[in-house]
Amino acid sequence: MAVFLTKDSKVLVQGMTGVEGMRHTRRMLAAGTNVVGGVNPRKAGRTVEFDVPRHPEGLGSAPRSVPVFGSVCEGIEATGADVSVVFVPPAFARAAVLEAADAGIGLAVVITEGIPVHDSVAFCAHAATRGTRVIGPNCPGLITPGQSSAGIIPADITEPGRVGLVSKSGTLTYQLMHELRDTGFSTCVGIGGDPVVGTSHIDCLAAFQDDPDTELIVLIGEIGGDAEERAAAYIRDHITKPVVGYIAGFTAPEGRTMGHAGAIVTGSSGTAQAKKKALESVGVQVGGTPTETARLVLARLGEPATRSDVTHS
Amino acid sequence: MDLYEHQARQLFEEYGILVPRAEVTDSPRRARVIARGLGGRVVVKAQVRTGGRGKAGGVRLAEDPAAAERTARQILGTDIKGHPVRAVMLAQPVDIESEFYVSYVLDRAAGRFLAIASAEGGTEIEEVAATRPEAVARIPVDPAEGVTSAKATEIVRAAGLPPRTADILIRLWQVLTGEDAVLVEVNPLVRTTRGQIMALDGKVTLDDNARFRQARRGEQEDPHTDPLEAAAAARGIDYVKLDGEVGVIGNGAGLVMATLDVVAGCGARPANFLDIGGGASARIMSDGLSVVLSDPDVRSVLVNVFGGITACDTVADGIVRALDTVRATKPLVVRLDGNNAARGRAVLGDRAHPLVHQATTMDEAARLAARLADTT
Repeated sequence: MAVFLTKDSKVLVQGMTGVEGMRHTRRMLAAGTNVVGGVNPRKAGRTVEFDVPRHPEGLGSAPRSVPVFGSVCEGIEATGADVSVVFVPPAFARAAVLEAADAGIGLAVVITEGIPVHDSVAFCAHAATRGTRVIGPNCPGLITPGQSSAGIIPADITEPGRVGLVSKSGTLTYQLMHELRDTGFSTCVGIGGDPVVGTSHIDCLAAFQDDPDTELIVLIGEIGGDAEERAAAYIRDHITKPVVGYIAGFTAPEGRTMGHAGAIVTGSSGTAQAKKKALESVGVQVGGTPTETARLVLARLGEPATRSDVTHS
Repeated sequence: MDLYEHQARQLFEEYGILVPRAEVTDSPRRARVIARGLGGRVVVKAQVRTGGRGKAGGVRLAEDPAAAERTARQILGTDIKGHPVRAVMLAQPVDIESEFYVSYVLDRAAGRFLAIASAEGGTEIEEVAATRPEAVARIPVDPAEGVTSAKATEIVRAAGLPPRTADILIRLWQVLTGEDAVLVEVNPLVRTTRGQIMALDGKVTLDDNARFRQARRGEQEDPHTDPLEAAAAARGIDYVKLDGEVGVIGNGAGLVMATLDVVAGCGARPANFLDIGGGASARIMSDGLSVVLSDPDVRSVLVNVFGGITACDTVADGIVRALDTVRATKPLVVRLDGNNAARGRAVLGDRAHPLVHQATTMDEAARLAARLADTT
């Protein structure tokens, strides 16, 4: 069943005809995503041809043509799309998400990095009034391995499995997917590293708790804000499945933004230490490194630590 | 980016908020001239981007222009919580009848801005908030509506502020949205003995993501950044200088932060945070490595890349390119995994540079880099 995204999801790509949009639409198609259209008012009515590699490698490629619509509304009317992936540049992201929400899309996945926070506040609030879930911004998107990928998470790292993962960070998600590639994942959700995001750790925890395909949840956090502390309180009150955590940024200095706009320790708030403590106080095991985190997951699932710590060169 | 007090003061003034007459300088002699122009008696305030200035001796009253010069000389060049004082602001003193606190802060969890206001302003606001939370009003602002006069009145009533402060609240909201700020704080907002409502001190934090639509950001930025940070910024690289000896380069903010932690876990100290970003080119990798190698504190470098979109062979090409152009004298430990990792490892293997070591896991790479930093 997975969460938020399945093989039945019909995906529109806003900004598909840009460089990033083209590259990642091709990758999404290769991952099995049902990409039903792109959106670009200046290229409406055309189709874009994609040379989609077949998996496993060595089977060559197959052409796929994807129509371009003038608006999200037209795209939904023509295809029944229920997911939009947003690749448009920061200056246009606000309008793109407002358009998707007004058109009635169920899920808007905002990959764009560098969106001003006032814009994120505005479109997240508006989307909530329209019943649209926003994932991101500044996120890698989400993947339900073997079914669909909405965003930029590589599809060839791992297989379907029983672990659900929620993370602020893209590459840490990939690292954990890689370490647990033999176990596999139900869905991995990258919620994004901005101070304001549409979907929180808590939203994902709730979804994984209700998902029969998910047996264990991995929660990856980082410095800044108190989302992890809130997640800890939610776990205590609502989550019965095992949760394993990892927090990045113990060595981050106070007052400096560490890459992600939201990753900043302000005074004594937002520290990695406080987040780790909050999670441990509700019985969540927190790994000291990504590798140790993977080992904790395997131990909880009763699986031997086969390859997680060993390389595969 | 945090603004200095004098920059915040200027913004408030532009948006029609009453502020004390003031001027900023880095010269004690000029301070004397400014003091004379302001009527002789002035408050000398250190300009640093950190709180708690007053308690650290960075805010002092000078009775006359000569005293202003002396005080400026004493304060300039000192260090407040690790921030060197490079300028002072001289402000006309104000006779205060009462002090209030107002701010707009980003409530990350709720995804909206929050007005925080209290009739008990001044330096002890944190304590008031901790001990008597009922004395501090916290009112969420609907982003679609902003701070209307009805909302401003609601905030003023909830906090027990004088009705006339409602106008200030509206103007401060205009500062917040007009300047793309993520924090606007006035503490104290005062009522003078002459009945004026005035912003005596302020803090403004601007959203770096809004640089593309805020024309003045260039002039607001601090020219006194670390030279290595300036070099990295000029190449479009996310870099933060730290005080250790193991240079760290990786892709993705989360993975780089995790790498710093793993290095620290091996008993070494990271020298920097450097994120080459997603889908990095060989050139970005090469530029990043050049920046880290030019840091005299660095004794070994750890490159930790998990290729998602980033191709590891491109990263390896960048490393080779940097080694061919910069005379590297420090050992490099490289861990490549994920997208095109085998090809990347082969590129480095073929180059066979004597200072380059390859590691297969993140933990092993960090251990090796820590050991090499210890013995070089």
